[in-house]
Amino acid sequence: MYDFALVFSLRHARREPPMALTREQIASIAALARLDLSSSEIPVYQDSLSRILDFVSALDRADTAGVAPMSHPLPGLSQRLRPDVVTEQDHHEQYQANAPQVAAGLYLVPKVIE
Amino acid sequence: MSGWETVIGLEIHAQLATRSKIFSGSATAYGAPPNAQANLVDLGYPGVLPVLNAEAVRMAVKLGLAINARIAAQSVFARKNYFYPDLPKGYQISQYELPIVAGGALDIVLDDGQVKRIGITRAHLEEDAGKSLHEGLPGVTGIDLNRAGTPLVEIVSEPHLRSAKEAVAYMKKVHTLVRYLEICDGNMQEGSFRCDANVSVRRSGALKFGTRAEIKNLNSFRFVERAINYEVTRQIDILESGRQVVQETRLYDPDKGETRSMRSKEEANDYRYFPDPDLLPVLLDEAFIASVRATLPELPDQKAARFATDYSLSAYDAGVLTASRELADYYEEVVRELPQEPKLAANWVMGELAAALNKENLEVGSGKLAPARLAGLLRRICDQTISGKIAKEVFETMWSGGASADAVIDAQGLRQITDTAAIERVIDEVMARNPAQLAEYRAGKDKLFGFFVGQVMKATAGKANPAQLNELLKKKLGG
Amino acid sequence: MSDWHTSTLTQLAAGLRARKFSSVELVRAFLDRIDASQAALNAFISVTREQALADAAAADRALAAGAGGALTGVPIAHKDIFCTQGVRTTCGSRMLDNFVSPYDATVVAKLKGAGAIMLGKTNMDEFAMGSSSETSFYGPVRNPWNPQLVPGGSSGGSAAAVAARLVPAATATDTGGSIRQPAALCGITGLKPTYGRVSRYGMIAFASSLDQGGVLTASAADAALMLREMAGFDANDSTSVDTPVPDYVAALEQPLAGLKVGLLREFFDQGLDAHNEQRVREALKLYQQLGARLTEVSLPNLPLSVPVYYVVAPAECSSNLARFDGVRFGYRCENPRDLTDLYRRSRGEGFGAEVKRRIMTGTYVLSAGYYDAYYLKAQRVRQLINADFTRAFGSVDVLMGPTTPTPAFAIGAKTSDPITMYLNDIYTIGANLAGLPAVSIPCGFVQELPVGLQIVGPHFSEARVLNAAHAFQRASDWHTRVPQGYA
Repeated sequence: MYDFALVFSLRHARREPPMALTREQIASIAALARLDLSSSEIPVYQDSLSRILDFVSALDRADTAGVAPMSHPLPGLSQRLRPDVVTEQDHHEQYQANAPQVAAGLYLVPKVIE
Repeated sequence: MSGWETVIGLEIHAQLATRSKIFSGSATAYGAPPNAQANLVDLGYPGVLPVLNAEAVRMAVKLGLAINARIAAQSVFARKNYFYPDLPKGYQISQYELPIVAGGALDIVLDDGQVKRIGITRAHLEEDAGKSLHEGLPGVTGIDLNRAGTPLVEIVSEPHLRSAKEAVAYMKKVHTLVRYLEICDGNMQEGSFRCDANVSVRRSGALKFGTRAEIKNLNSFRFVERAINYEVTRQIDILESGRQVVQETRLYDPDKGETRSMRSKEEANDYRYFPDPDLLPVLLDEAFIASVRATLPELPDQKAARFATDYSLSAYDAGVLTASRELADYYEEVVRELPQEPKLAANWVMGELAAALNKENLEVGSGKLAPARLAGLLRRICDQTISGKIAKEVFETMWSGGASADAVIDAQGLRQITDTAAIERVIDEVMARNPAQLAEYRAGKDKLFGFFVGQVMKATAGKANPAQLNELLKKKLGG
Repeated sequence: MSDWHTSTLTQLAAGLRARKFSSVELVRAFLDRIDASQAALNAFISVTREQALADAAAADRALAAGAGGALTGVPIAHKDIFCTQGVRTTCGSRMLDNFVSPYDATVVAKLKGAGAIMLGKTNMDEFAMGSSSETSFYGPVRNPWNPQLVPGGSSGGSAAAVAARLVPAATATDTGGSIRQPAALCGITGLKPTYGRVSRYGMIAFASSLDQGGVLTASAADAALMLREMAGFDANDSTSVDTPVPDYVAALEQPLAGLKVGLLREFFDQGLDAHNEQRVREALKLYQQLGARLTEVSLPNLPLSVPVYYVVAPAECSSNLARFDGVRFGYRCENPRDLTDLYRRSRGEGFGAEVKRRIMTGTYVLSAGYYDAYYLKAQRVRQLINADFTRAFGSVDVLMGPTTPTPAFAIGAKTSDPITMYLNDIYTIGANLAGLPAVSIPCGFVQELPVGLQIVGPHFSEARVLNAAHAFQRASDWHTRVPQGYA
């Protein structure tokens, strides 16, 4: 059954989403994702994220009872097992050429207190 | 502590003894220079992808079979997302909803000899993180990713443990098992075998569990016991004073003997688990599982039961001798050489040999004293060439020198004196030299028998056969 | 000499093998075209002139010795999402502005092995997130047909480069339409293979279950040649499929007659620009003349593909981009106060707005309490969409329809509301969700702007899809058109 209403609503999504995220929610998502947001950026993301979430709420209309989630586009395949062989050599100097801060072969970060 | 019940669950992380890492071909050997064993996949470089190590899967299945668990026909790797510098990708590849092993149990023996079955909820595969180094680096922390990607099996027990002692017994049982299966070297100093303890208390008879604290990264049996005991006391104090126990992660400080809250991980971490799209489901068929089952060795409990029956040993002795496969194999080698004396062999393996190994911090497999040579020594006790006491001296010499029992006995002239006439001659001399004691003994002072035994032993440098000496001395002293 | 840019990849490869011209002169000519166009189009982020000329000289020596592979001496470009050893790989982002890759992506290595010469790395939407190539840290790419308009995205640089004939072929990636949509807006051929057909090792990950490496060329025949060299099992990629690679070139000439074409009802909806629709229907008529049989099919869950995508792709990308933390490579903020500050400012400053938006969306839909309602729900709907495709392919060989709802739009026109931008992918996303091979070929113009026709096939049917595309191109010449100023 072709759902004209569904398609139409996707094109003309309401610009004022009913489910708006709060400043606190945006701040906590940003913290979880380790993204620094200035206080002026927060409302921008509040708006766009709320729009996106409103948009994707169209999924609620689909009847997925008894349907398995699809993690891989090609079903029925199984993970290949590789033989337990050492194939790598020490290239740490080459790799560490890209590192922002290195000393004595270690990658350095500001001191972490456990 | 009366009126309170302790509830403990252990999460044990055992590093699997594969040659290469779980998702890359880097070596897993301990002790390499910083980041020498971290390739692009381990470093989480842009564009890299994981490929699963077959041996890690086999080892996990081996463990599952050994604990009578269900091996999942389909298991899935999931990403556990969080930020920490020793976690290069910003997520750990682990298993969440569909682990490779589910259910299972291990039996432990309590102090009173009772056997308690400890349930195991699950065991799953995951990758280890790297190491953070704080010492000697002012203002910075150094990250070494050699360990990142080493395969781990995480074994989660049911909250069936009721005391620190039970927890240690269970941990030791798992430790023995993974070494028997040759899936983990069990080296706790090197971090191959670590444990997190979830500890809570509740009023005796209460049905609900109390709030638990998780003590992380315990890497010795002693620390596990102390940390749990400290934590239990701490929690009881809190509850008895009317406050609440906070659900949190804690670290054990062995110097202070206390647990403390881990400030940096205190904020609730939402790990946002989801199936890793870079890895396909691991599908294991019966043929695969059967091929792993065929590689199972005789398990510790089976071996202990067999020892008890075949060698007429107590359950306790059988347990001690089967604590490690190497020790059990050593013992059986000795018994093979000397089949009539399994009990004698058991005493010496658990006694002198174990003590000598411990003193020098050696493993049974070190090869310092081959089973055949120990058997050679025991044979000389059995055939009365030397007494048990002398044998201990011979053992010392054999241990440090490497000679055979016979060579030492001959070189030091330690053969037992079994010639009746010779012993009688010495007894006569001792009696003649000690007329006062002889008179006292004959007058009724029975205690002096020991004195005469000692004197004869001294005169013969301990070589008089004790049984014969007793018999002859009784006769002669009796007059 | 100056006509090389109108030659196809196939013709250039043949000409080099026949020693009609040298790789050095060919490469030099294309490098000059790139330099001349850079200000107007901004299609490239890095141009590797010295290395390309050195590689071309080596190619000439190989060709002189009678050695060489299928593409020896032929110049190509790589989307800057493919890791190239010793060469800057930025993914269009400040986060990787200083990143020189220590290794080659498998695709890069395979094409190198076939003898292709890389001229440079093409511009793209930052971390492949976008449909216009406007979010690049290095500035927007412009459409060679009209520089005020976008070339499409995220593979806009590769598409513009091929459309302007700066290279005969360029690699690209497609997660929600990022090869096909720019192909349509730039009037060229763009192929997204079956998921698992081309290795993802070394292709910087955006959404792991959707990403596929593919190619942009001037023709289906050229795409067949490139795919044959790019495709194949890779032990380094667990999602790479171990099935033999057919000779796509040999399969091109097989007769089309009897091809059962399904027209997706859901593709011809109110959102489709009427003129675009007209061009597409004309193309379909040509297919009928060539012997194809058209029927209408319906994939009722397909309209949900965009919402599904905007849950699944951000979720996967939020996790894939966590490795960019200023510790081992990439951008690091100045004077971090502590670890948290290092992370937050390196990532806050290193990533652009669209990337941050998607990371945050993804973090949210995976978070506790929302995982079931969003991520799990989306993956279930994905299953429904996949089932719709499987059912449709039970009665037709391929599906056809428009690639995009409209022709190219103005730079800056759609950047205010993310949803408007996202709806550009409405016809392309389905093939990513189901992992299906799909191609876009030019089928006409609307107000002098190209229109694309999309052909989607079942898993591993690239040979048939390319064959169908090639049949159309044998009977028409839209694919030979070059924008004014680049002809």
